[in-house]
Amino acid sequence: MTKSIFISTFFHIFMIILTALSLPFMRRAPLDLPPIVSVELIQIGDKTNLPFAPKAKKILEKIKKEQERIVSEQAPPKLVKKEKPDAVPLPKEKIKKKEKIKKNKQNPEKIETEIRQVSEFEKKEIFDPNQIAALIDKSKEESAEEIKKNNKLTQSQDKSIVSSGLTLSEEDALKAQIFGCWSVPLGLPYNQDLLVRIKLELNPDGSIVNTEILDHARMNKPGQSFYKVLAESALRAVKLCQPLRVPATGFERWKDLQLNFDANEMLKG
Amino acid sequence: MKKKIVIIISFFIFFSFNSHALIEVDITRGNLNPLPVAVSPLFIDSTSENKISKELGNLNIGLEISTIIENNLKKTGLFNPLNQDAFIQKPDIAHLKPRFEDWQLIKAQALITGKVEMLENNLRVEFRLWDILAGREMLALAFTTVPNNYRRVGHIITDKVYQRLTGEQGYFDTRIIYVAEEGPKTQRIKKLAIMDQDGANTKYLTLGNELVLTPRFNPTNQMVTYLSYFRNLPRVYLLDIETGVQEVVGTFPGMTFAPRFSPDGKKIIMSFAKDGNSDIYTMNLESREVEQITDHPSIDTSPSYSPNGKLITFNSDRSGYQQIYVMRSDGSNVKRISFGTGIYGTPVWSPRGDLIAFTKLHKGKFYIGVMRIDGKGERLLTENYYQEAPSWSPNGRVLIFYRETKSGDQGEGFSATLWSIDLTGYNERKVETLTDASDPSWSSLLTK
Repeated sequence: MTKSIFISTFFHIFMIILTALSLPFMRRAPLDLPPIVSVELIQIGDKTNLPFAPKAKKILEKIKKEQERIVSEQAPPKLVKKEKPDAVPLPKEKIKKKEKIKKNKQNPEKIETEIRQVSEFEKKEIFDPNQIAALIDKSKEESAEEIKKNNKLTQSQDKSIVSSGLTLSEEDALKAQIFGCWSVPLGLPYNQDLLVRIKLELNPDGSIVNTEILDHARMNKPGQSFYKVLAESALRAVKLCQPLRVPATGFERWKDLQLNFDANEMLKG
Repeated sequence: MKKKIVIIISFFIFFSFNSHALIEVDITRGNLNPLPVAVSPLFIDSTSENKISKELGNLNIGLEISTIIENNLKKTGLFNPLNQDAFIQKPDIAHLKPRFEDWQLIKAQALITGKVEMLENNLRVEFRLWDILAGREMLALAFTTVPNNYRRVGHIITDKVYQRLTGEQGYFDTRIIYVAEEGPKTQRIKKLAIMDQDGANTKYLTLGNELVLTPRFNPTNQMVTYLSYFRNLPRVYLLDIETGVQEVVGTFPGMTFAPRFSPDGKKIIMSFAKDGNSDIYTMNLESREVEQITDHPSIDTSPSYSPNGKLITFNSDRSGYQQIYVMRSDGSNVKRISFGTGIYGTPVWSPRGDLIAFTKLHKGKFYIGVMRIDGKGERLLTENYYQEAPSWSPNGRVLIFYRETKSGDQGEGFSATLWSIDLTGYNERKVETLTDASDPSWSSLLTK
């Protein structure tokens, strides 16, 4: 009898501890480590917009030119039959694909290197000029090293944060990308619930393996035909944006991603 | 022992559920860019083509229908039809199964393909709507009709596509009735005219020997009510568009204004002046009984029913200036809803029921605007020297109205034209008519 009571109380306590540990607010508390997150935000904002815009423009123009060529070459096939057989477009398509891949890799990678380079540049500036500079700016050197340390800290802490979320900058990058792809259907009734939740399964490069509309049953309900239109527009947006701007690391945490498309704000505001 | 194992296993399951939370990202903004759509010319085989050219003359009907669809979509401002020169795939193959990569290449997100056939003496038109990015068919329908009706087929296809892609009913298979005007300003000849929503197929319904005003469609069928002056007395007429039969509903005293149908089409509502005082009246079209709705010493005019028929909006100067009011359909519970500066007039209830369109005069400028039915959220959509009489498209997204230009002392430089604007206020377009035009009224959908 006493044994069973003992076992029972033991397991009860165990249960209480477990629930306490697994409750969401208990788990989220340590995530709020604001300084590190905000530092990242500023750096990415500075670096991505300015130096890469001209390059991106050039690449976009190149792609546009390529497409124009393809279109104009394919439109009158009869006239130029001998010179341009049907197979011609294929290699060009490949070239285009390659370019696309390059483009997509550029942003996340360069951001990363840029962040690291900041401290390296500072170091060079400190060490390369005459030693006087170094003597005067010893404090700088220290601070640079501190930054480095901090960077290391962020990376190690990232792993703990990571288990349940993207950092603000990562989330912003993804949001900004999808904002550009999503054409909101304007005919939706704005007095209805216009939230579509889509679950994505991703590849490490941000391309999409699988999409799933979470409230699928609602699509075929009578009087909810607008919901189908909304869900389809969201799916189109995701496919158009492919590959998504995902973080370069931590594939495990974001390989399954849920996007909540909410048209309420757009249509009411 | 077994129990313990079960308990331990259940703990593991408990843990595994909680260990990995799904990352959620909220997308609350999108763009309002028009959706790029490719409208492939409808395919037609040579035997059918020969037959059709005998009926309709030398006409590439496949291309013609696709152009109608393209123009309709473009006018909405919500779609961007792509240039047909850029299309890689031929219409016949695209209709069977499009090569989605080819269409993605020209940045199309939706594709419309179709086929036209001549079966005996009937035209059979089928079309498919494809989602290019998802790589699948969204809609496929076929219509059979007489060859002369090919323009309507184009409009019906646009309606279906519009509804599938925006979630809102279309407004393309509709007609517009208006007052066609000719001659100098002092001696205007005014005729009733009707045309398709895109300006094609104009027909005149009256000869022009009488002054006609304010034609209005019946919301349930193809009947029109309008006002005409016969020996200087205003008469309210009913006109059946299909048969051309006209009927005098009644002759009313003094100034009579703007008869309009009730949503069920059984009554007309209007204002006229009895003993010098303008009030709102309804008339039952079966029994011809006239019922007085408002009884106030002020001038009450321009009544319009809500789509459910329970409320009426009208304008009145009972507060000193002309403002918009809403009341129950029996005339009780009158509430003023417009409180802005300026003069408000011609309120029209949206077919969706959520908005009231109006004309506003403020500091010498005319505005067309909308407000919610409680008077909040007033938005002015367009401003001009003179514009008036908004009429809703059947889906409540677009308004059609007319504008007049400033004229000299002799009436020179005067013109009246029809314009449309959608609720965003950005998509303003001139509606082409053969002559000058005023007082437009938009029909409901011809096919439902």
